[in-house]
This record gives sequence, C-alpha cells and structure tokens, in this order.
Amino acid sequence: MRHTISVLVENHFGAFDRVAAIFSGKGFNIRSISIGETEIEEISRMTIVTEGNDKIIDQVIKQLNRLIDTIKVVDLTTSPRIERELALIKVSVPKGSMEQIKNINDIFRGNVVDITARSLTIEVTGPPDKIDASINLLAAFGIKEIARSGIVALKRGEQIKINKEKNLTT
Amino acid sequence: MVTSDKISGADIFFECLKREKVEYVFGYPGGAVLKIYEHLYDVDFLKHILVRHEQGAVHAAEGYAKSSGKVGVVLVTSGPGATNTVTGIADAYMDSVPIVVFTGQVSSHLIGNDAFQEADIVGITRPITKHSFLVRDVRELAATIKKAFFIASTGRPGPVVVDLPKDVINSKCQFVYPEETDIRGYKPTYKGNSHQIKKAAEIISKAKRPLLYVGGGVLMSGSSEELKIFAGENNLPVTMTLQGLGAFPGTHHLSLGMLGMHGTYWANRAVDNCDVLVSFGARFDDRVTGKVETFCLNAFKIHVDIDPTAIDKNVVVDLPIVGDVKHVIAELAAEMTSPPDTTEWLSQINEWKQECPLEYENKDGRLRTEYVIEKISEKTKGEAVIVTDVGQHQMWTAQHYQYNHPRSNITSGGLGTMGFSLPAAIGACFAVKDRPVVSISGDGGFQMNIQELVTAAFNKLPLKIFIINNSFLGMVRQWQELFHKEKYSFTDLGASNPDFVKVGEAFGIESYSTNDPSEVDSLLDKAFSVNDRPVLVEFRVVKEDMVFPMIPSGASISDMMVKRLNPKRMI
Repeated sequence: MRHTISVLVENHFGAFDRVAAIFSGKGFNIRSISIGETEIEEISRMTIVTEGNDKIIDQVIKQLNRLIDTIKVVDLTTSPRIERELALIKVSVPKGSMEQIKNINDIFRGNVVDITARSLTIEVTGPPDKIDASINLLAAFGIKEIARSGIVALKRGEQIKINKEKNLTT
Repeated sequence: MVTSDKISGADIFFECLKREKVEYVFGYPGGAVLKIYEHLYDVDFLKHILVRHEQGAVHAAEGYAKSSGKVGVVLVTSGPGATNTVTGIADAYMDSVPIVVFTGQVSSHLIGNDAFQEADIVGITRPITKHSFLVRDVRELAATIKKAFFIASTGRPGPVVVDLPKDVINSKCQFVYPEETDIRGYKPTYKGNSHQIKKAAEIISKAKRPLLYVGGGVLMSGSSEELKIFAGENNLPVTMTLQGLGAFPGTHHLSLGMLGMHGTYWANRAVDNCDVLVSFGARFDDRVTGKVETFCLNAFKIHVDIDPTAIDKNVVVDLPIVGDVKHVIAELAAEMTSPPDTTEWLSQINEWKQECPLEYENKDGRLRTEYVIEKISEKTKGEAVIVTDVGQHQMWTAQHYQYNHPRSNITSGGLGTMGFSLPAAIGACFAVKDRPVVSISGDGGFQMNIQELVTAAFNKLPLKIFIINNSFLGMVRQWQELFHKEKYSFTDLGASNPDFVKVGEAFGIESYSTNDPSEVDSLLDKAFSVNDRPVLVEFRVVKEDMVFPMIPSGASISDMMVKRLNPKRMI
C-alpha cells in the first residue's frame, strides 16, 4: 500500500541521511521525497512517499520516531490531507501543434515558463494524479525532459502539534 | 560553568570528560588526535588505557560499561583508527551498551578530499549508532559532548560517535558546559501507562500458568531487586535471555535459567505452555522465539520495554507497556491485588526439570567444558563477573554458571562477536575491584583479539583468562555435523593452533594447560589465588561435544533436540 509520511526533522547535519537510511535499511524504495523549511526556522519537513505492508510501515514509523533528530512523524495515509506536486515538463512542439499544446496547458491550469521554436516548458502543479494525466496527454507530442518535485503534503484542518511525545498510543 | 579565557578544543574535551566523571578512556593515539594526547599528558583525573587494537578499546569500554552501569569512553584516531572501532560499535548497538566513541578526523577543509587517514566514520557507523555527531566548530564541542553522554546513557542505551576534526581540536574558544541538555526530538518514556499496568496486574493475578521472560533491560534499568521481590511475592517463575542472565539469581527456586535455542528444556516447555507471558526488557529475538508462528501461541503476552520499536517487531503482543522496567515493575507490584496460585504450574515445571536436566558425560575421564564451568561457578559461588566470547563455551557457560549477581554476565549476544571476551574482561577489571573477573574464550575467538594480552599484563590486571580449547570452531562444527553433511570445512584449528601456554608466557603471563579433569580444581584454586596479575589457563576439552538442548534455527520448541543421538568420538 502507498503511504505518505510526513517527518518534522531538526535541520542538523546528516539528519536527512538518517531518515532516508531507515527506509533503505528495511529494503524499501522511496517513491518520492521532498524536503523544505517550515514555519520554525531550524525545523525542516520531509514528505516521503513509499510502499510497503502495514506492519513494516508501522516499524518504519517507530524507527523514524526513535531518531534523535526527528521531532514528529505522521503517517498521513489514512487522514484527510492535501497533497501537491510540481512538475516541469519540456515538451516537443511539432509543426502546427502549438495551439493544441497550449489548450492542454490551459485545461490543467499550467504555466508556460520557457519557449523555443521547437519546445515548450510547462509548469504544472496539483495532486500527483493530475500531473500524471497532464504528462500522459503531452506525451503524444514527445516529451524531452521531466522534473517532478515530489509530493508535499499537509493534514487538513488543525495544526499538528510539534511537541513530540514518544508514547506509544495503545 | 564558564571560563573567561579561551581554551583549546583539546582542553575543552578533557574539561567535559571531567564533568561527566569519566574515570577511564580506552584508546590508541594517532595523527588526528595528537593534540588531545598532548594535553592528556597533564590530565590527572582520568586514566588512559592503551589497547593494542581499536576494536579492543571498544570492547573494553563495553565491558567497563556493562559491569559498572557507567558510560564507556573510547578515543581513537581518524581513518583506520576509526574504522577499526566499527565491529565494537555494532556490538554495542545490538546489545544496547552505553559508550561514547571519540574519533579523530582530518581537518575540516580536507573532509571529503580522500585526505591521508580520512574515513567518513559518521557515515560508516550511521546504521549502528544510537546517534552520531561531526563537530564542525569548537564552540559546539562542549554542548555536543554533553549531548553524546546524555544520549548514550538514557532511554535504551547505545553507542554514540563523536567525530572531531583536527582543526576543531586545535582552535580555541571560551568553555561553557551546559548544566543540562534538552533535545526536542529525544524524550524517552520512563513511566509506563498506568491504565495498561493496572490491566497487566489484573491479568497476572488471574493467570494459572504465568511466566516472566526477562532480558538485559532489567540489568540496565537496575531493577534486579524489584524483580526478585515481584517474582518472589507472586510465585512467578522467571526465565532469562542470554543478556538477562544475572538479572535474577540462578540459584533461586523460581529461576528456570535461560530460554531459547540453547535454553533449558524446562524453560522452553514453560514458554510453550504458559498462559500469560510477561516480558521485561527483552526483545523477542529470533534466538529466543525460533519460529515466530509457533512461539508461545496460547499465552496472553505482555511486553514491557523502554524502546517502542521493540514492541510488535518480532512477535505481536496483547498488552504493550512502553516504559522503564524499574518504574513499571514497581507500579505493577503495587497494583497486584492477589498473587496467582501457581503451585500446580511450578510442580509441572519441576517435572519437566526432572524429565530432562542439563546432563553431560563425565565418567570417561575426559575433560569437558561443562565440568570446567561448573567448577568455576562453584569456586566463585556465582559471584564473579564472567565475560564470555561467542560459541559453544558461551552457551555452556550460560547453562552451567549460576549467576547470582546482576551485571555479572558480560557477553556478545546480538552481534555474536568473536574476540569480544578478552578486551571486554579487561574493561570490566577497571570497573569491578571487589569480585573476580573471568574471561572465558574458545580457541578460535581467543585468537581474534589475542593482542590484548599485553593490555592485561601491562596493567597487572587480576584477570583470569580461561581458554576452552576444543581445537575446533565448535559451534560451527556442531552445525556442520547436524545440518551440513558433516563437512567440517575450515573449522578444525587443531593443526594450526599456537601453543597457548607459550603465547601467554611471551606476554609475561603465568600460563597453564590441562586436559585432565582431576587437575581442574587445583588450577582454578591457583588462578583465583592470584590477585595482582593475570593468569592464563588452557583447558583442552573433547572435540566432538555439542551443546544441547538445541532448537534448530527457525524451528519450533517441539523440534527441540534434547540430547545427542549417536555421539561420535573425534580424535
């Protein structure tokens, strides 16, 4: 099952490596990972998308919690959440297809961020399935390059408290 | 405290160790830590113990930590000095031993350049440390060392690496030692959930066949006394893991000895038949459970552990309690309304004990490990600190030594590190002055850190160095016989072993050897009468003995091999 895990981590030397190492140590692939600053200066948020059975994910989350540099670990998978991703898609523009591509771009509310005689770079933002859909449609024209940011996610509603309690809820 | 003058990183290092009340540093000098060794020259509040290989330093620190309950400290240089500590650090990680390993590092501007004697030790040790630090600025040094000791010794203890670049050690700043340290992401849970504890007490009270299964956590939290009272007042039988031996007196009528792969028949039968299993500070390791699907199937399982990741990792339990064993036992004892009636259960266990006691052949006049261990147990009355290596002798010691004192059993359990015993026993000698310290190794493992004989000799440690020589890597040989078509591939050391008496003497150590059971008494008496220097005794035991009972790896308790079916004599 696909899991979206949000990790608040101290902005310390090597902290990201430790988080990533928990996944590799369990033989898990990370499908996407994004890291960025948060509202608190010295804390970063990592959003990790991975796949695995629930028992092992449960272990992974406990092990992430055990790391000295992690402050809060939440598996957002079963919570109402907002997930967004950004993609830069460099697409070929065969003769006469500029309008078609721009139409697709408009439908996905993308931005054209670079243009040459033969290519167009489109910035699309949205839930991952929207990005997938736009890539699928643009593929017909020939995609030259794609860069995806990885998913960022937040739980809907109230803020999750940062005070980390390592009690196991039972 | 704050110094007004600026002092060097090396001075700060020692000021910190002083405040952490460090008595011994096990180390080996080298280029990157020269400045620290320069300043060490004038330090009088701690003693530096020179080992002969950095792995030995880490095991010595482990032995010191396990026997004293204090943090063991290691100091080594960069590159090979640091990488030589890796096995020791992995060992400490697996057995949750509180140590702080200071490694030298090349100067900051050279890091990542493949500089001379450079190794990314923080990277290399990442999966085998509780935490690690690379100190990048001398102004961070004191606070980092404070954190390192705090992390190593609290919660579930473990090794912490502090990497010290040469320029950090050489530069100066004001010394400020924080009074306390607060790490936002690190708040171990000490007090267990009261509701859960109350529930546990109710279930134990109503149990018909309860069993306590205790591990190293009881020793680390210092709750042996609480355990003894709790088990005694409620008539609860106690079985111990390899690391847990000593947590409960081996001679106590409620002690079932060790469980698991080479545990006693009656302990394993009790695990198989209990209706409530209460685990204190143990982690349901595969050497304990065997096949998880058939382990302790019908019991209600209560798991008390300070580390939430230990819960449900190997075996899914019915009632987890995250907390320090010491707190939890105390609260549990207070919540018990009435002790369960275990008379019938205890007599059943006793029947199993009669059915299949720990027996060995001792009438043919040949020397056997079990006999040597029984004699050591008898001579020391279960009061010695016994430091074993890995393999058959380790299991026989676990079965036959009656540990009566906590922090008396020091062995490499999780990682199974051959070569552990000698250096770890050396470390224990610095912590324990009032009881004998005994190192027991096989002939294979003994040769893995044989260089540390000089550390024992030079420091005139009253260490008893016992080598159980069966001319084989005995445990591997046992598996070869049982599971690998008797192909004794590269386990026969007989033709290549050195003369251990001459080895001992070359290091200046009084050394003896025997293969005669009738000499064991007098040699042990001689060894235990010497208190100002080490003594080495080699016991040349039979080659073909195997450790029983045995539950093969990944098998169930019902597959337990109780005795050898057709013993073969090997000459």
